Amino acid sequence: MAYRTATRQLPTPATVDESSWIEVDGLHKLYQPRKSEPTLALSDVSFTVRRGEFISVVGPSGCGKTTLLKILAGLSPKSQGTVRIAGQEVTKPLPQVGMVFQAPTLLPWRTIFDNVMVPAEVQKLDPARHRKRAQELLEMVGLDGFERKYPHELSGGMQQRAGICRALVHDPAVLLMDEPFGALDAMTREYMNVELLRIWRESGQTAVLVTHSIPEAVFLSDRVVVLSPRPGRIAEIISIDLERPRELGVMSSDRAGVYVERIRRHFNAAGVID
Amino acid sequence: MATTNPVKAPDRPRTGPVPPAPEPAKTRRLDLRERPQLWLVPAVFVVVVLLWEYGVQVLGVDEYVLPRPTQIVDALWLQLTNDLFWGHLWVTTQEALVGFAIGVGAAVLLGTFISQIKIVEATLMPYIVAFQTVPKVALAPLFVVWFGFGLTSKIVMAAVISFFPMLVNVIEGLRAADADKIQMLTVFGANKMQIFRMVRLPSALPFIFAGLDIGIVFAILGAVVGEFIGAKEGLGYLLLQTNYNFDIAGMFAVLVVLSVMGLLAHFVIRLVQRKVAFWAEDTKVIGA
Repeated sequence: MAYRTATRQLPTPATVDESSWIEVDGLHKLYQPRKSEPTLALSDVSFTVRRGEFISVVGPSGCGKTTLLKILAGLSPKSQGTVRIAGQEVTKPLPQVGMVFQAPTLLPWRTIFDNVMVPAEVQKLDPARHRKRAQELLEMVGLDGFERKYPHELSGGMQQRAGICRALVHDPAVLLMDEPFGALDAMTREYMNVELLRIWRESGQTAVLVTHSIPEAVFLSDRVVVLSPRPGRIAEIISIDLERPRELGVMSSDRAGVYVERIRRHFNAAGVID
Repeated sequence: MATTNPVKAPDRPRTGPVPPAPEPAKTRRLDLRERPQLWLVPAVFVVVVLLWEYGVQVLGVDEYVLPRPTQIVDALWLQLTNDLFWGHLWVTTQEALVGFAIGVGAAVLLGTFISQIKIVEATLMPYIVAFQTVPKVALAPLFVVWFGFGLTSKIVMAAVISFFPMLVNVIEGLRAADADKIQMLTVFGANKMQIFRMVRLPSALPFIFAGLDIGIVFAILGAVVGEFIGAKEGLGYLLLQTNYNFDIAGMFAVLVVLSVMGLLAHFVIRLVQRKVAFWAEDTKVIGA
């Protein structure tokens, strides 16, 4: 049986413009419940993401940021507009996407290692090669020695790190993250942010993070997409001009403070504080 | 089922030896102060048996009404040393186990079919609910007419009676899969078959074991009831024989044997469950 290799799924770089690795153009999302008024969740959202860029999407509760991510993941149909990832139109989940969820969502009957292998297994990718990659990823996030453990034997932070490994095991073109650290306590969360930056730097993935934490978005991102309250429109896209690699200390700098303030002002203007 | 443990402080594990798992050994120790049931349960047994033994004597209850525990032990010993008794035990065991296997096997197949195909569920569910309201033991005379006095009618009875609790648990279990886990597999490109194999089936296992647990007890019940109606061998037959002979102590002895059978089956299923569905602690049992 011939296994597909992860890299072969990607179109050759020549055919895809790396400056618009993710392309969202004129995206509308209308929820049409059967017996009530339709609601517009996203209205005319357009942006592009460079290959290897880290962007965050922030906005007040209910602004449609999770909806946006679900559309990128191919889990939710769009109403209007185009969404492309690595040159491919998203109409269903694409194999070249990796996703980290709000909860770790590990399978309790599988060991950590076998959980990380799930994407390679469902996509029938070459086992030997991906087992090696899974091992490398687990080492990268500091979970070596825990491969044979079961999820309940790990703390929440460690489980989420395994979830990140799972999202990266098939070497996806894009890493999507839906408030991945929302359930963690403040200290673990800060620590995970630093870890995530390191993983992102080492893996060179294109990353889209949805978060409700403004400092988190500023700390991690190259650019922050600020959405307005429902219906979500793009209020501003802010380039975060802080040098990399970043350490937590950067967050106490004036420049970081200015960015946080600028984003917060959007929230305040809308009369909602997340 | 908690998948998220309480989060501790940043816990980047050091490379090297794996830290020891949290100790379950402590609670395993025979600690009478922390687990008073360890002595309370046997104490209740001893008190009840003593009250029974001497109460029966003091009140002068006829041994044809309620024999003393010591008489029951004597009767039990008499049975256990008799080859005929072991023959009866073997017959009932066969009936219960074969019936159980057929009943739960059919329930797993039908339950999977029903839970996966909507139109099948919509069509069959009313019949299943209707049939479930029939007291299954009431069918025993019919089965004896159809399948005769031999093992077959009892096997059918055991199968029918263990079928329903299993069916309900299989259907409920296959529906119990977490939507988040299914969504996770969908994002990574899993098809329906993969989702069934990797999430739905394992999620159903605790329910399936709950069904097995009730099913085995019901199967024994079915076999004994079948033997009541018409049989020439088996523990149910022996129970009737001792009854006709006014051997009430003998009846109690057979009852003890039947409950030991049920207990043993229960423990075996629990043991297998802990090995196979190790991630799930006790799941709610759905009765029939």
